[in-house]
Amino acid sequence: MARNENSIFYGVDRITILTYALLVVLGWLNIYAAVYNEDHQNIFDTTQKYGKQLIWISGAVVIAFGILLIDANFYTVFAYGFYVFFLTANILVIWLGREVKGSKSWFRFGDFGIQPAEFMKFATNLVLAKFLSNRTIIVNQVFRLRLKDLIKNYKNTLIALLFICVPIVIIKKLQNETGLAIVFIAFVIVLYREGLSVTFLIFGLLAAILFVVSLVVTSLPTLLITLAIIAAGSFLFVGRNRKNLIVVIIVYACSAGVVLGTNYVYNHLEPHQKVRIDVLLGRGNVNLKKEGYNVNQAKIAIGSGGFWGKGYLQGTQTKYDFVPEQDTDFIFCTVGEEWGFFGSTGVIFLELFLILRIIFLSERQRSDFSRIYGYGVAAVLFFHLAVNIGMTIGLMPVIGIPLPFFSYGGSSLWAFTILLFIFIKLDSNRLLILR
Amino acid sequence: MSNNSQLSGRKFIIGGFFCLIVIIYMCRLFYIQVIDEQYKLASNNNAFRRSTEYPVRGYIFDRNGKLLVQNSPSYDLMVIPRETKGCDTIGLCEVLEITKEEYLKRMKKACQAPNSPRKESVFEKQMSAKTYAILQEKIYRFKGFFPQKRTVRQYPKPIAAHLLGYVNEVTKEKAEKDPYYREGDYIGITGIERSYEEQLRGKKGTQISITDVHNKIIGRYMNGALDTAAIPGKPLYCTIDMDLQEYGEKLMHGKKGAVVAIEPSTGEILAMISSPVYDPNLLVGGKERSKNYTVLERDTLLPLFNRALIAMYPPGSIFKLLDALIAQNDGVVDKSTVFPCAMGYPPMGGKPKCHKHGGAKDLIGSVAASCNSYYSYVFCRIVDQRKYPKFIDGYNHWRETVMTFGPGTHLGTDLPYDKPGNVPSAPYYDKVFGKNGWRSNTIVSLGIGQAELLLVPLQMANVVATISNRGFYYTPHCIKGVGNQKYLDKKFKEKHFVAVQKQEAYDNVIEGMARAMEPGGTAVASRLKDIVVCGKTGTAQNPHGQSHAVFLAFAPRDNPKIAIACIIENAGFGGVWSAPVVTLMIEKYLKGKTARPEIEKRILDADLINGKNLLSTGFH
Repeated sequence: MARNENSIFYGVDRITILTYALLVVLGWLNIYAAVYNEDHQNIFDTTQKYGKQLIWISGAVVIAFGILLIDANFYTVFAYGFYVFFLTANILVIWLGREVKGSKSWFRFGDFGIQPAEFMKFATNLVLAKFLSNRTIIVNQVFRLRLKDLIKNYKNTLIALLFICVPIVIIKKLQNETGLAIVFIAFVIVLYREGLSVTFLIFGLLAAILFVVSLVVTSLPTLLITLAIIAAGSFLFVGRNRKNLIVVIIVYACSAGVVLGTNYVYNHLEPHQKVRIDVLLGRGNVNLKKEGYNVNQAKIAIGSGGFWGKGYLQGTQTKYDFVPEQDTDFIFCTVGEEWGFFGSTGVIFLELFLILRIIFLSERQRSDFSRIYGYGVAAVLFFHLAVNIGMTIGLMPVIGIPLPFFSYGGSSLWAFTILLFIFIKLDSNRLLILR
Repeated sequence: MSNNSQLSGRKFIIGGFFCLIVIIYMCRLFYIQVIDEQYKLASNNNAFRRSTEYPVRGYIFDRNGKLLVQNSPSYDLMVIPRETKGCDTIGLCEVLEITKEEYLKRMKKACQAPNSPRKESVFEKQMSAKTYAILQEKIYRFKGFFPQKRTVRQYPKPIAAHLLGYVNEVTKEKAEKDPYYREGDYIGITGIERSYEEQLRGKKGTQISITDVHNKIIGRYMNGALDTAAIPGKPLYCTIDMDLQEYGEKLMHGKKGAVVAIEPSTGEILAMISSPVYDPNLLVGGKERSKNYTVLERDTLLPLFNRALIAMYPPGSIFKLLDALIAQNDGVVDKSTVFPCAMGYPPMGGKPKCHKHGGAKDLIGSVAASCNSYYSYVFCRIVDQRKYPKFIDGYNHWRETVMTFGPGTHLGTDLPYDKPGNVPSAPYYDKVFGKNGWRSNTIVSLGIGQAELLLVPLQMANVVATISNRGFYYTPHCIKGVGNQKYLDKKFKEKHFVAVQKQEAYDNVIEGMARAMEPGGTAVASRLKDIVVCGKTGTAQNPHGQSHAVFLAFAPRDNPKIAIACIIENAGFGGVWSAPVVTLMIEKYLKGKTARPEIEKRILDADLINGKNLLSTGFH
């Protein structure tokens, strides 16, 4: 079959597809366990979520085949088209969609719903790949700071960032779906791979650390003085000239700005977001019956699994609905409780394996487009993995994003399938053309 | 493309970063899943709910096996707020006689933590039988409501409220301290219910159910294999004679005071009456209970107050018995000792005063006629005897001897809250009169049971029981059997010998007590034809108005079956009011009924609280 160049499976990476299939099936079995109740024991019962998920999975298979059938050029040629199309869909959903839990991000079709924001991921990924494949974002060393040079150097970076930020703004501000919006940050990893200066990442990381530190340390003067001492100290280690002094002062000013800005940002968060940060950092009095309930119950469910787990369908926490959203964002609790440390590390490894495999495949592409797209897939999957599992084990604030291929939900499954299979298609063509 | 080669090293940084995060997550998972035990424990609390099955509280029987306390079914109205859609709210309010606002208030409470809309909680506690009957007919209209059976105390006869005590919800503090109780549980608050709480309460059973997050019960854990059944409380056998108790309460109706009757040969309490009494059935049930309790608590006659154990009264003349015993025992007075009486105690210019009783008396005569002067002399003789060169030692000797009979000490019955009374100490008088500022004559009124001397009625009964036993007593108690076995604490089997052991002294005092019931004695009006009663009157002066009427007696003289003390507050002379009560009760206990219906009627009709029938006669 694979020998036949006309077969849709020609050149397709089977390891990736098998891993994908394994994750989807495991996810489905765990959704069955999470939703399980004794009145509806048939796993094909479409009135139940596991039955519906089977329909979604069938749809995903059809989509996967469809993607493999279409010529790879379709995705490169229409990259901008996809982007504009889904951007429009994401704007239209605000008026045409139905409001669910305070966010307007769903098109409803009877019992089933579609979230266009999920599909924005692959569209953005395509457009980034398209845009960056014949441009560079590498910045040459500049000796004199001139506005003209700056614009010339950073023009492509800024445009790439714009492609990333527009969906963030629409999804966050207009649809009120913070979790879905925040995922687009993952594309920074792509930019890094394509040459974004490490300095920006370090500054970003430092700002994040400072943000957390200033939430934990409540005494503002202590923090500012500590920063000043560090800044003064660091000045002793670099060449003591005026330029470095200016740099240190600017860095200090920025840090102080972050510290002072933290409270402003925190105070302008929505109450439930504040609470989620408080829960994570253990600030104030977290009531385990109320705001801390979800994370605490998730930890109880996972923690009670032990090394080998309680066995499939034996999880008491899972079976009796102690963890809210257990079939979707908190699906990992079911794995943790019923399959234990053994099963949960297994699932994480499987996801990690898929991601590393995609990186590996990306690096063997001759085409920049395919490579950049591949990194986008890996970055988005990893971001979901890290945030989703991080929140269930109390290492991340609660951000409602699904575990790839695992969580219940048609939109996310389909979106991930499209995201992945476009890459598989691109990869299968790696020997044919040089794009 | 040219850039790609120089940047491809970044794949390791990206891949490495991914791996690093995964390793951190694995460490965290290993910690919470394998190392940390707390989540496993928390999961057990989460999914299993232990529900309690309440045991039936033990019954209480009287000494003849008649039922004093039983249980009756009672119903709490429970509600699951979430299931009340379509409930006939107005109808329910009518049945329960509550307003719509009250309904909404209770509903709100049932929805708020620690209750939950999905969880059952009590809507109305212990409905009356009538309410329950009406409710049961219409229950199909009240969706989400259902009755839950509990038991409450029921008293076939409305007697012995103070002795039996009552049960009520456990206090928050107690529930926190004692792991057996949870808030909302019931516990004995006073009386036998309190002191025998552990035997009466039984043992709670538990049912382990599997619940979901909404606390809704899904099934029994392991099909009930680990469940335990509730063990009912043990029945108690009380020493009380129900008929005697009931009769005594009737006699004491309309009077403030107390009666305590003891079987001298065992220390068993035959009757313990504190008047005014209340119907113990009033302090049972939910809404009614708290209403009734408030009324009783505010009553100025203090019906909730168990006078028999905690009201401290000056004993008055009955205390002369102890002086007579001690003086003879010390050898300072004998049968033939005569002291003058000049309508009062001559050395102190006629104080304390005495009454007309026909001249100087010897020992036996002084008991029968209750001569104040005589016992002033006797008291001084005891305190000032040569054996004790120091006056203080003489006083302490008297005090300590008195205390061996019970006054000034906790007798240690099996009932909660007994007061010790008061036998003033030497340091107390040092404070009042200054050191060496007092002598026997200063405090001579102690000798006739006045001054600071205070006894509780139980101690008075114990004194007369000791005299009837000629020198010893058993600690009075009111329970003699628990469950199907005879139960008696060791301390109730122990004979307590008092400091007076000279049998001749008892002979003389008992002879005097017998003569008190004869012509010339203070209680001749209460004389019984066919039973030899030995009694002693007392008329205790007190700062609250009329004297308290006191009487104590035992009968029959040989082989006594009952020792009894009675005090009626502010009634006047002991011989007029208390002696008839006591002798009527002796008749009731020994004969079953009285041979003196006219006296019985006089006592039953007397309402001394409202000041009627306050006859003044010449007896003291």
